[in-house]
Order: sequence, then structure tokens, then C-alpha cells
Amino acid sequence: MVALTQDVHLDIRGLGKSFGATRALDDVSVEVRSGSVHSFVGENGAGKSTLGKIVAGVFPPDQGQLVLRGTPVSFHSPRAALERGIALVAQEVALVPQLTVAQNVFLGVEPQRGGFIDRGRLLEQTERLAQDAGFDLRPNALVGRLSIAEQQQVEILRALGRDAELIVLDEPSAALSAKEVEHLHEIVRGLARRGHTVILVSHFLNEVLELADTVTVLRDGKVVQTNPAASETEASLIAAMLGRAAGRAYPDKRPPAPGTAVVLSVSDVHAPGVAGVSLEVRAGEIVGLAGLVGAGRTELARAIYGAAPATSAGMAAGVTTLPGSPSGSLRAGVAMIPESRKDDGLLLQRPVRENVSLTTLPIFDRLGFVRRGMEAEEVGSALTKVSGTPRLEAPASALSGGNQQKLMFARALLAKPNVLIADEPTRGVDVGAKRDLYRLLVEIAAQGVGVLLISNEIEEILGLSHRVVVMRLGSVTAEFEGAEMTEENILAAAFGTAPAAAA
Amino acid sequence: MTAEPRAPMLSERLMDLGRRALVIRRTGILIPFLVTFAALSLISPSFFRFQNLTNILDQQAGIIIVASAGTLVLIAGGIDLSIGAIYGLAGAVSAQVATSVSSPVGILSGLGLGLLVGLINGLIVTRFRINALIGTLAMSFVVSGFGAVLTKGNLVVAFDHPDFQQFAATRIFGITSAAWMMVIIATTIGILLARSTFGRYVYATGGNAEAARLGGVRVNTIRVATFALSGVAAAMAGVLDASRVLSAQASSGSFLTFTVLTGIIVGGTSILGGEGSIRRTVIGCLFVALVANGFNLLGLDPFYQQITLGVILLLAVGIDAWSRRFS
Repeated sequence: MVALTQDVHLDIRGLGKSFGATRALDDVSVEVRSGSVHSFVGENGAGKSTLGKIVAGVFPPDQGQLVLRGTPVSFHSPRAALERGIALVAQEVALVPQLTVAQNVFLGVEPQRGGFIDRGRLLEQTERLAQDAGFDLRPNALVGRLSIAEQQQVEILRALGRDAELIVLDEPSAALSAKEVEHLHEIVRGLARRGHTVILVSHFLNEVLELADTVTVLRDGKVVQTNPAASETEASLIAAMLGRAAGRAYPDKRPPAPGTAVVLSVSDVHAPGVAGVSLEVRAGEIVGLAGLVGAGRTELARAIYGAAPATSAGMAAGVTTLPGSPSGSLRAGVAMIPESRKDDGLLLQRPVRENVSLTTLPIFDRLGFVRRGMEAEEVGSALTKVSGTPRLEAPASALSGGNQQKLMFARALLAKPNVLIADEPTRGVDVGAKRDLYRLLVEIAAQGVGVLLISNEIEEILGLSHRVVVMRLGSVTAEFEGAEMTEENILAAAFGTAPAAAA
Repeated sequence: MTAEPRAPMLSERLMDLGRRALVIRRTGILIPFLVTFAALSLISPSFFRFQNLTNILDQQAGIIIVASAGTLVLIAGGIDLSIGAIYGLAGAVSAQVATSVSSPVGILSGLGLGLLVGLINGLIVTRFRINALIGTLAMSFVVSGFGAVLTKGNLVVAFDHPDFQQFAATRIFGITSAAWMMVIIATTIGILLARSTFGRYVYATGGNAEAARLGGVRVNTIRVATFALSGVAAAMAGVLDASRVLSAQASSGSFLTFTVLTGIIVGGTSILGGEGSIRRTVIGCLFVALVANGFNLLGLDPFYQQITLGVILLLAVGIDAWSRRFS
């Protein structure tokens, strides 16, 4: 690893990328050296995955330039990147489950003879690739029957089969067991030994420190630092990931008085992605639920709300046991603003009025018919309360992201809940609307509603919550209150690095 | 650089077309319907006659009843391909029972069968999570098969029971009871869809089933209800037609399914769910009927009638797809 003598494989110069109002990458410059393992790390939303995807041609940058071995390149598609020797092994595997290993590896570039696929050569080449890489894969096995770890190996073979020299691994170990992770690490080291360059996007810091030669830390879409991995520690990386973004005004906190009644209490909840979680929310309290993407926060929210099957030793809102279905939860006074308003919340083609009143139609019902006047009045006043536009008859699709989210709040408020679960309530919303939503969350809590707030932005969690619960790998790993509620503590608990400060 | 007026790019022109398609879909089939109506009134002297117009209404009664209920199924995100089979079975059974027991019992047994099959359809789609297209297609075979077995493939006749005919063919103000029932049923379903809580849930279920479910809507119950209504409506149409001609054949409904779907879709109800209205469906069905009536009155080759219908259907679906892509 004589870094100075190594030539630059990929020179990333001044990349910028925005998604709507969100600035995902801002003037990012990194040099990736040939034959090295180069890792991108950062918090959720820091831009590490976006950077990996731009390198692999998944989307084009808005600004900046990629220079590949001295030649400026621009990729319009992953295919274009692949032709220049860059392959992406994504978080979610992208294989055809009905085809065999060999067919997947050479999909689209099958060895041919006289217009037909040369099956003999297909198997032989796959076998050889697998042997070279040290994988124990049968070329004729159906991909759908393989474990995720094995499917990842097929993806790596697919990259190698197309002579990829630079392989981008995006969170490769997120879905693997400990043993499989060990094997993956062997594979990455093997790739580097044989002269491949590997870009490793990961939020497992120990993995990064173990594998990488160089580590680039990103924060809010900007490069904080690029250093040799040998000079870093987990603590130094976390310190680099921290730091405050441009200050956002959070309303004053008004925590509930001690001894306020518990409005939501769940114990030992088990659901897919959730392994035995217990927590309580008091009336008027905002409890922040922090953790990395995939830590099980949304799954927990859906389990509590009854949107997904779950088991638990007990789930209760106030004194009512939660019945395990959305309609029952609403009756028990629990409302949820789902993570994705487009997929799980809105009826995009229907008017705002119908969207807001959806969950509370029984209130407006008289002999099976909707009392339109009453509905319009109540919906209008709910929208005014959330400072949304009372454009009752516009289709929901015509609203901005911020106003759509306010619509979701208005819907939840109409149900007069005792508990509000807000899953990423400010995602994809501009700064002004974010402020409105913060004010709204605080007001809702001040009126005695217990709020469970899920957010990927630790700053948001810190700015709003009275108490923070941190999840990691499906379990609660820490809980912070008062002075212990710091970004350092939350991040450490979310990454599972340092033991939480003794309570 | 000076700001030269530039030719619009292809993508912009496509967007523009898409927006226009949206407008066309919003205004719906009403304008083509009125144009066709006016044209036929001018061209054919026998078109704009009370006799001809009430005949069209009478003949379309069954189709519009089925299509109104079918619109609910489509809006809720489903599709019912078994309506033709239910129509045939219910007609044959009601005629049979009307001759062997009595007309009211015959009518009720036909409707009851329709309800039963509709409920089964609903369960297949919700409880057993079978795709509606395939599930109701399979049910159409099952139901047709039962019809063939029950009637041994024969025409069921009730010529000696004129009281059975009163159900469909009693004239009130010169219009048949079948047509009146059509008006009442279509209006009722229309009001239900537009004004009732159930109607809201139907739109929500088809527009975004997951959002509806998380919003506390019992999505499966709504789906079952739409299929049950569709079954009863198909049976109603079968009974009406059997009553009108005092005979029925279990296999007579095979073409009905497609006529009904054509009417609904030409009317502008989206096959993808979440959108549509009964008014559109009624006009769509009447438009299809006008085209057929026009070919008839003008003495045109009926083969071209089918080609015309096919093209109209493609246009309707195409406009729907375009407007969705750019809205």
C-alpha cells in the first residue's frame, strides 16, 4: 500500500447532485487509487450511496466530472459504466431469480455460437470465474434458491465476467449474517489482491476500518476528509461525521410534567425486522426513534399501528389494547403518518378534501351518506390548523411535497388521536415547510398527544424530542434523556460502536 | 445568445399531447356521443323516433345495469369477467323456476344465484389473493358449466307463463319496465358512488389500496361488496332478458362481458382503478349502442361495426394511458 506510487483509477472532480429540494452531493472531489479499497462513510443521507451510484452510472451528476484513468467520462446508464469497467453491486440484488447462476452472470453477453447460446462455454466460463474468485457456486443452480450472500457473489461474478476493474459495493454486508460477512471480507480482500479497485459504501465502521485502504467521510453531501484508514479509528470517523448543518430553528421544547399518563406502551414487540422492542410514550411527550436505515424503526411503527403482522407481550394505547389493524388502531386513538406519503398515504387523483377525511368518514356519515357540508367545514379547519392551503377540491397530486405532508397531518388530526406516530414527516420537504411541520409537531404534543417521531436526521430528532430511543438491528440499544441526548451518543449507539454512556 | 423562438422539442410536444389527452378524458365520451347522436338524427330519418330511441333504451337496459355495477368493480381496482356467465345462468334458472314454481320465485332465485357467485368472486380475489382477471375468468367457466349441466344445453322456454314477461316488458309511459329499472339502478349506484361513504371507500381502495388500508378502510370488505353487486347486477340483466323474450339459454352471455367492459372503458373509467363514474359508463354504453344502431339503420356491413368498436376501444384506452403518463 505505497499510496504515493499508485496511479489514480478514478478522479471524482466537483460532483454535485440534487433531488428536488434536497442537495444530496455538493462539490465532492475524491481520488480513488488503482487496486485500493476505498470506503465512503457518513450518516444516513450524507450522500455516500448517491456518490457510489453516480460512479456506477445509476444517475448522472448535475455538476462535476468523473475522470477514469485520465480520460473524462460521463455515464448515462449503469450499462455505459460497465462498458468502461465499472460495476455496481447494489444494496438490493438485481438478479433474475428464475435463471441459473451462469445465465445471470452472462445475462445479455452470453457466449454465442451460430446465433444460439453456447451452453458449454457458458458453464465453463462461469465455473472458471467462480474458481478464480474462490466462490463455491454451482453454475446450474437457480439464483432464486440461493441465499442473499450467494446472490451477492453472483453479482460480483457478473461484474468480473464483464471485466470490471472497479467494483462499487453499496452496503454489501447489511443483509448478511456474521459468518457471511466474514466471507464477504475475504472476497473484497481477494478482489484487491488481484488488482481490482473496490469502492465500499458502508455504515459498518469496523468493517470499513478492517478492509479499506482509504476512507472518505461525507457529511451533508460534502467531503469532510479523505485519509488513510490506518490513521483513523471508529471514534475519529464518528467525530468527522458530526458537525452541525446550517442552523434550523426548532420551536422551544415543552416536555410533559413528570408523572404524566402513559398513552402508548408496547412490550416485547416482534415483527419482521423487529426483535423484541419495548417502549413507552407519555401524553405530551415527543419520543425520537433514531437509528440507521434498516434498523427496524419503520417496521416497529407499522407493527404498533397494525399495518404489518406482529406479536407482542402487550401493546396498549391509554387503557385500550391495540387490536392489530389500522382501523382498530385509529379507534383506539393511534394515528400514523406513514414513511412514504405517495405509496402509503395519498390518493393522488382524489381531491384534498377526500384525502383528509378518509380515515374519519364515519364521523361525517349519515345513513351511509357523507355529509358534505360538515366534511368541507371540518377538513377546511383542520387544514387551516396545519397551515396548509385549504384548496379542498384540487387533486392531491397538484400539491407540493410540503403541502402533501400537511395534508397527512390534517388527516391524522381529524382523527383526534392520543398517539401520533410520524415516520419521516419531513422527507422531501423544503426548508420552509419543514419549519411549519416542526412547529406543528410541537403543538400537537403540547395538546397532550404522545408523539413517536422517526427521522433519519439526528439533528431533527435532537431538536424536537424530549427523549430519544435508539434502535440497531431490530432492537433498542440505548435510550437518552436530558444532557445525554447528544449526537455523539446517538450515533455511537446507532452504529453499535461504543458502549452507551452508563445511565 | 439571443432568445430565438425555437421549435418545441419532441418531449414538449408529447407533454402537450398528454395534457390534451387528459382534457379529453375529463370531458369524457360526452362530445363524441352528442356528435354521433346529432349525425344519426340528420342522416337517418328513422333514428330520431320515439320508437327507435325507446327500443335502444330497452335493449341496453341489461347492459347498462351490469356496466354500472361493473364500474364499481373497476374503480375499486378489480375486474369481473364472469358477468356474462352469471347473466346466462341467472336467466336460464329464473325462466326454469318461473315455469316450475312461480315468477317471483324465479326472479329471486336468479338474483340470489348472482349474489352467491359475486360473493365467491370476492372471496377468491381477497381471501385467496387470486388475481381478479384470472379468478373471475375461471369462475366464468365454472358458472357456464353449471348452466350447461342444469339446462342440459337446451333453450329454457317460458312461453306459457306470460306473467313472467311482465317483469321486463310492462310499459309505463311508453317505456318498458326494464328500461325504468335500468334508470333507477344506474341512478342509485351513481348516487351511491358519488355521495356515500361506501363510494368514497371504493375510490380509495382502487386509487391506493395500501393508503386506504392504513387509513382504516376495510379494503377487502369493499372489494367483496363490489363483486357481490356486480354478480347481482349481472343476474338482474339475465333475468330481465329472459323475461322479455320468455326464454333463456345458459350460454347466451359470452359476448356480454366484452360489450359491458367496452362500454365502461369507452366511457372513460380507468382500467387501473381509482377513477371513473357511473354517468360516464352510461354514456359510454349508449355510445356503443348508437354506433351499432347507426350501422343498422344505415345498412352498413356489420363486420365494419366490430372494426369500428375495436378502434374506439383502443383509442379510449390509449387516451387513458397518455393522460396518466403526463398528469
